[in-house]
Amino acid sequence: MAVISYREALNQAMREEMERDASVFIMGEEVGHYNGAYKVTQGLLQRFSERRVVDAPIAEMGFAGIGVGAAMVGLRPIIEFMTFNFSLVAIDQIVNNAAKIFQMSGGQYNIPIVFRGPGGPAVQVGSQHSQSLESYYAHVPGLKVVMPSTAFDAKGLLKSAIRDDNPVVFIEGETLYNTTWEVPDGEQLIPIGLADVKRTGKDITLIAWSKMVWTCLDAAKVLAEQGIDAEVVDVRSLRPLDIETLATSVKKTGRCVIVEVGWPVAGYGAEVAYQMQRHCMDMLDAPIERVTSDDVPMPYAKNLEDEVQPQVKDVVAAVKRALYLE
Amino acid sequence: MVRAVVTASMTTPDSKRIEQEDAPEYVETTPAELAPLYRQMLAIRRMEEASAKAYSQGKIGGFLHLIIGQEAVCVGATAALKPEDYVVATYREHGHAYAKGVAARAIMAELYGKKTGCAKGLGGSMHMFDKATNFLGGYGIVGGHVPIAAGAAFASKYRGDGRVALCFFGEGASTIGGFAEGLALAALWKLPVVLICENNQYSMGTPLYRSLAVEDVSLRALAHGMARDRFDGDDVVKVKRRIAEAVERARTTSEPTLVEVVTYRFRGHSMSDPGLYRTKDEVEEWKRRDPLNRCRQRLIDVGFGNADLEALESDVKAEIEDAVKFAEDSPAADEYLPYVMKE
Repeated sequence: MAVISYREALNQAMREEMERDASVFIMGEEVGHYNGAYKVTQGLLQRFSERRVVDAPIAEMGFAGIGVGAAMVGLRPIIEFMTFNFSLVAIDQIVNNAAKIFQMSGGQYNIPIVFRGPGGPAVQVGSQHSQSLESYYAHVPGLKVVMPSTAFDAKGLLKSAIRDDNPVVFIEGETLYNTTWEVPDGEQLIPIGLADVKRTGKDITLIAWSKMVWTCLDAAKVLAEQGIDAEVVDVRSLRPLDIETLATSVKKTGRCVIVEVGWPVAGYGAEVAYQMQRHCMDMLDAPIERVTSDDVPMPYAKNLEDEVQPQVKDVVAAVKRALYLE
Repeated sequence: MVRAVVTASMTTPDSKRIEQEDAPEYVETTPAELAPLYRQMLAIRRMEEASAKAYSQGKIGGFLHLIIGQEAVCVGATAALKPEDYVVATYREHGHAYAKGVAARAIMAELYGKKTGCAKGLGGSMHMFDKATNFLGGYGIVGGHVPIAAGAAFASKYRGDGRVALCFFGEGASTIGGFAEGLALAALWKLPVVLICENNQYSMGTPLYRSLAVEDVSLRALAHGMARDRFDGDDVVKVKRRIAEAVERARTTSEPTLVEVVTYRFRGHSMSDPGLYRTKDEVEEWKRRDPLNRCRQRLIDVGFGNADLEALESDVKAEIEDAVKFAEDSPAADEYLPYVMKE
């Protein structure tokens, strides 16, 4: 079992799926000759040629739509957005076309496509490049939305996404590319729609996805030093949501904090909170807490950027509220 | 005041096709070629009339955009295709679906929201699809469907299977980003797609001169080094021939073409539009040049017999009556959950 980076895991997933299925191709800005803006597609052009690793000009609406059209007639495109912030200029293709065509056609044309790329805040890249847009896509029936937190999940879930017969929005953590995890050699598929308990604990459940899973794991260490045993559940798949795994944990601990790096209003955590109170009401010992970024566009200055985003101390504070310790 | 629109001549010096002043009014044809084209145009006209009637009776809901007056474009263009080629269209697509081979029964049942419709009653007037005939759909957010057609063409090139994609849109869609990006990428990657602008001179209620700085939409091709063509859509055979040139270019050299066909819709934008933004005289002038009537006259002129014509027309009448009856008698749409995600 090798320890590899999240970036390498994604690269392996695409490489293996492209070896396996000649209908899989990658299209996006700088994916080929530049080897990817974040080097996720490193080496794929040399291996698979320009036919299957297609450098696109700055035209997200255009190349996302070309992906949808190609998927309609049986190819399996991987459309890379340099960041998901840029997906907003292609959202017509994702929401109005990719998510609708199977339904509009009465089930005749399915769209096996992956829209992937980094999302969420990076470091000091300003408000236009720092958004967590998962709520936009998780809102839409007809899409699947996946956000892995580890290299292990990234590889297994991306392979499943590429094989899925439906459109999958696959949002990678922009600050997670260099993180490492043990990833077994050979094929390991992770079904879309399953959450994962990343740390077991008995006192409180922390629910998070992508980068915030790491923040929660760090918070759990701090809490452990204070005698609080937190369970960390990684949502992994926002749509469909694995309510059962989440609810099982919350029923066990009786307390729940939902942590997301997105904005508070209509954030995805609000839906998770609804589902948890709906399924766990009789077992809850405290109101469900949410930790989110502040309700502001992201500032550039490092100190302010840190202040806006959920930090370990914010998670610890929310846990203490839920435990009536403060 | 509505500005007169150039309808029949290519004036731009860079054009690959320049109409001669003394060009004959009609392209040469034979009864064998023209009769099936006339039959399709007539069937579309009668189908649209039947759907307008059903709409006024409350049997069809939502938006209903009729293509009456523009039939020669979709019929002529689609006649230049092979069955394996793709067609992508906008919300005004009943005629395109029919021309591509979708049965009148399936179209009418879709309009009625019935289970037997070409999209099982889930798509409606604006979203007809048919995989069996490679009809890739009707799209309500115009412009965004241009990249989809380019994507089908991309798949053709990727596989080397020689299929061509036709994409239809109005001149009103030529101002939106999806069109601009689809055009740019089709040219850059040399995709076998023919982009057909059905310039009916009104973007809903806005005349062309208030929506475009330059009335010739085909000029956009020049910025991308793309082949282009521009002509009037009165003669279905001319449409077929000219689109065939572009289809041939796509199939043999994998180069896209932007084609602008000037046409006119006789009805409002949709059923709720009385068309107050244009004069009766203008509409009557265009109706005098009705492509359907011209096609019928031409058919007689090239020697199609009266008895044959009567038989053809009564056959169309029966087909559309049957389609309406089929739609009326079909079971209601009853399922939607299985069509959100493919299992």
